Formats: sequence, C-alpha cells, structure tokens
Amino acid sequence: MYLKDKLLASFMAFENKGNIDLDSKVHDIRTKAIANFEKQGFPTKKDEEWKYTSLKNVLKQDYSVFPKIGTTVELKDVKKYFLHEIDSYKIVFIDGAYSSFLSDTTHEEADVCLLSAALKKPKYKMIIDHYFGTVASTKDSLTSLNTAFSKEGAFINIPKNTILEKPIQLLFFSTGRESEVMLQPRNLVIVGENSHVQIYERHQSLNDNVVLTNSVTEIFAHKRAIVNFYKVQNDRKAASLIDSTYVHQKQNSIVTVNTFSFGGKLTRNNLVFNHEGEYITSNLNGITIVGDKQHIDNHTLVNHKYENCESHELYKGIYDDSATGVFNGKVVVKQDAQKTNAFQQNDNILIGDGASINAKPQLEIFADDVKCSHGCTIGQLDENALFYLQSRGIPKKEAKALMLFAFANDVVEKIKIPALKSRISKIIAEKLNVELGFEI
Amino acid sequence: MLKIKNLHAGIEDREILKGIDIEIKPGEVHAIMGPNGSGKSTLSSVIAGNETYKVVDGEITLDGENILDLSPDERAHKGIFLSFQYPVEIPGVTTTNFIKTAINQKRKSQGLEDLPAKDMLKMIREKAALLEMDRKFLSRSLNEGFSGGEKKRNEIFQMAMLEPKLAILDETDSGLDIDALKIVANGVNKLKNKDNATIVITHYQRLLDYIVPDFVHVLHNGKIIKSGGKELALELEEKGYDWLK
Repeated sequence: MYLKDKLLASFMAFENKGNIDLDSKVHDIRTKAIANFEKQGFPTKKDEEWKYTSLKNVLKQDYSVFPKIGTTVELKDVKKYFLHEIDSYKIVFIDGAYSSFLSDTTHEEADVCLLSAALKKPKYKMIIDHYFGTVASTKDSLTSLNTAFSKEGAFINIPKNTILEKPIQLLFFSTGRESEVMLQPRNLVIVGENSHVQIYERHQSLNDNVVLTNSVTEIFAHKRAIVNFYKVQNDRKAASLIDSTYVHQKQNSIVTVNTFSFGGKLTRNNLVFNHEGEYITSNLNGITIVGDKQHIDNHTLVNHKYENCESHELYKGIYDDSATGVFNGKVVVKQDAQKTNAFQQNDNILIGDGASINAKPQLEIFADDVKCSHGCTIGQLDENALFYLQSRGIPKKEAKALMLFAFANDVVEKIKIPALKSRISKIIAEKLNVELGFEI
Repeated sequence: MLKIKNLHAGIEDREILKGIDIEIKPGEVHAIMGPNGSGKSTLSSVIAGNETYKVVDGEITLDGENILDLSPDERAHKGIFLSFQYPVEIPGVTTTNFIKTAINQKRKSQGLEDLPAKDMLKMIREKAALLEMDRKFLSRSLNEGFSGGEKKRNEIFQMAMLEPKLAILDETDSGLDIDALKIVANGVNKLKNKDNATIVITHYQRLLDYIVPDFVHVLHNGKIIKSGGKELALELEEKGYDWLK
C-alpha cells in the first residue's frame, strides 16, 4: 500500500483509538488537516517549492505509522545527545512516546511538559485550543499530515515576565525496533510578554534503521519576548527529517532560530516567520555541513507586515562528496511594512566534485521606504589563504579544515549557550575530520 | 644556506622569472629591489612553495637539500618563513590558537610532542613584547579587522615565534607608518643571528635604513641585473631604476 493510502486509512483507526477529544477545537483542526492532506498528497518535484528536493526515495519505504512503544533506553546510551553538562528541563520521546524516566518537566516557573498530558487538563486545554494550529500552515500538505496525527510533542508555556534560566531540551529518539518508522512530533511553544526562553531540539536515531520524521513546531512570542531556538540535526545516514517551524511574533519580540544541519539522509527545513506588530526582530541562522549523498533543503520565509521591523538571515553551507543542497530564502515586505530592515546572506563552499547547491534568494517588496539586501555566494576555498596557512607549517588538509571552520564560525559565534557552542564547534571539527590542535 | 640556480618560473605559459641565481649564507641579509612587475613577489612565492607558480627550470636548495618538491608546509618545517605582503584574515581563529597550531605542527614534523601550554604562553608573551604588541590582539581573530600596520606586525610576531632559518619579508614596509616601520624593523633586527638569514623584498630604499642589508640585488624583467652592497640601494633611490635598464 502506498504511504498516503496507509496514512489515510490509519487516520480512522487513530481517531477510534480515543486519541482525540472529539469536543475540542483541536479535533476540528485535525479533521480539516487530513482532508487537505488527502486532497494534496505528498509534494512532488512538480511543486515549485519542491523543485530541487525529491521525497520519492524517502516515501517508498513501508513505514510503521504507529510505532511500537514501550522500548526503554538507558541514559548512558543517549547521554551524549543531551547537553548534559548544564542544568536544564528536558522533554524526551522514544519512538514517539514520552519517556518520563529521561525527562525533567516542570509546572512551577513555567509549564514544560507534554502536549497530550496538557490537553487532558482544562486550564491547559483552553490555552492549547487558543493557539494550536493557528500559525502552522493549513495549506502545506506535510504540515497538514502532522496536524492530523498530532498526538505527542512538547508543550512549553512560559507565563509573562519570566526569565527561564534553564534551557529546555527537546529530544526525539527512535530506537529502530522496527525496520522503518515514521514519527510526527508536534510542539507548541508559547512565550509570554517580557519572557525569555532558550530551547534545544534534536531528533536522533539510535541505529541504522530507516526513520522519517515529519515534525511541526509552532512558536508564539508575545510582546518583548525573547526566544532562542537551536535545532541540531546530526542524525544517522538512514534518517530523514522534514521540520516545519512556524513563528508568530508580537511587538518588540526577538526570535532567533538557529539550524545546524550535519546529518541525515534528507533534511528539509521549512522556517516561517509571521510578524504581528512593530519593532520585531527575527534572526535566522544556519550552518550546513554535509557529504556523501546527503541532501539538505533550507526553505525560509519572513513575512514583514508591520513597520519598523527587522530580519537578519545568515546561512552557511559546506558541501562535500556528492552532497546536494537547496537554499530558498524568501522575504516578503508588505505595503504597510515601511522602515523594514531585511538582510539575507547565504554563502556556500563546494568541496566535493559532485556536490551542488541550488540557491534562490527571493525578495518581494511592496513598500518603498525599506532597507533590504540579499547576497549569495558559491565558491571554493581561497587558494591564497590556503597557501598562507601552509606557509606557516600547517599541512594542506588541516589548513583546509581550519578555513572551513573559520567560514562557519560567524554563525557559531551567535550561539548563546556556551555548552552548546563548544558542542557545535566539536561536531564541526569532527565533520571536517580534523584535530584543531586547540580547545575552542 | 639557500642556493638558487638558474631559476625559471611563471604562471601557466607566462615566464616571470627568467634565470635567477642567488646564494645566501647564514647571518646575511639580502635585499631584493626592483620596479613593479619585475618578479619580486613571484620569487618569494616560489621559494615558499606557492603552487600557483610553476618552476620550469633550475633549482633551489636549502642546506644542500632540493626543496622544489616539498609542499609549502614542509618547507616551513625546514625553516623557511614568508612574511606576506597581504596577510590573510582568518575569522574565528585567534592569533594565539593559530600560532599554537603552527608551532605544534612543526614540532610534530620533527617528532616532538606539543609544546607545553605554559612554555607556549611564556614564549608568546616574550615575542609579543618584542614587537610591542598589545596582548589583546592575540586573542582576536587572526588579522580580522587589523590595520595594515597591525597585520605586518603580526607577521613579524609569527616569524619570531617560528624562529625560521630563512625569513623572506615581502614588501613588509608597505602600509606602515614610520613608527610602525621602526618597531617592525627593530623586531627583525633583534631576531637576527649568525645562523639565520633574511631576504628583504622592497620597492623603496626606506626600509633598508632600518634593516641594513649585506647585499642588494636589483630584479628587472625576471632577471637580476645588478648586485652590490648596501650603497647600491642608495644609488637606486637617487637615480631610479631607469638608470640600470
């Protein structure tokens, strides 16, 4: 059976299993979502937004869409995927099911828990009903698919005037108990007025069985909220990830989403920012380092609708072997969004002879008093700089790695959690296969 | 120490150096002067091993060993140092970390362990003082946002750290004001001893007031057209290069 048919058939079973509270607004949203998915199906290369990314190979697997749950994982086996050196809240899922053993949730200074549990409590259900599905696309078929099956994920609700010192870690493990599994986590993040939060998200498979994750996250940042979101994608080569993150920002809020893509077979990141107020800042940073036949597609969209807002986007990519990449950065400045500052930069280095990148900056500007710029570079390493390093006694291989490290570094510098910064630096050094010879 | 015999080199099909002969002995300072486009920078690049340039004939030996087949890093390990006319900026790598990497790579090539951090730090402190460098520079990204003078000073700092047998200073005076020039020249002079040698490549005589050469060679159109003592530099300053053509 094709995956689409299998999913549609499963939806009935999913509802009948009592996964859905039929009275809730969420139920209504899910029903509409499955209808949209049924109508559209999976995207193909005929869709403009999927021109350079084919899901064909990923979709032909016989996925288990309701993974078997109950697999336990020892902390020692997964510890390295956590930022274990710092105090944090954690929400951990194993094959799509919540692991209370590995998690560390709270309802004290803020609500950091799982979505399914929150839905069962009236006071949270009200909040969820208010926000859920309101910023995620109702047109995108993959987002609709996730919405239809949304059952489990993180629920993060930061009340106003709360500065959450501890970062929140969201970890999604797949154990590979079944040979092919599909996971669809759904996260809801609400950050109240004047509140600050830092979130680290990682999807990780624990063996080489096939996994497809179709994840959706909705983030609501209220007035003057500050949100720093870090996505670390360093999964095994049989894992594919479609991540759709929708950000809704109110006046004076600052939201930064950093996407570090190093692993996986196919990774598609859809990142959408919607502005609902003035003086908003949106930051989009990304580092991609891939090789072999890995494919990474970064699709970003910033919707400037109000005056005096700014967006800063910086994506760097290093492509080795026969890796392929897509960067599609769209910035829309609506007619009323005067005094917008929107900057976008996408720099790529191709190291492998078979590597390629399709880069497409898209600016649609309807206002006349704005500052917008975009830049895109695709190149190789500067031979003159290589010679400089070599002339100091640094062998070519190390010199190249040092230069690539330097190339990625201005994005690394933006990481505000020191433990994460050194972690990312280490992953980059590993990816570049080099001993940097010094502590970072 | 360094012997260059009948060196012909160029880029692709264009020959830039058309038969160069120079011999440099330990303790000597040689100045290579010449107008723009005469091949000065090509010569320094070829000695240091820049693969952009192809050597078509001749040889370069260091202490009797042919170095033409060595990569730039291997030449550096043997003691050749090139101070660049345009040092490259490396964001994200501090000068300290860069020099540590360079020194430990050299030690590795000699079969030595990494220099203990304490010794490294002491050495960095001493050499930075020699160049009157603000220590803050050392924790900044290599050359990033440095002024022309700061970059050149940083080059000589690296030279001081790496203690080369043969240092080639390519247009080290360009972009330097007189105070910076004095500091840089003073650093170079202090690093001089009976066992090492220096090649100073310059357009103008000015630098040679501070780094006094034992020999001056005039390069023109890929050939050395005249060699002499330090007085030759003064004569050139006075009469210009046309005098020799």
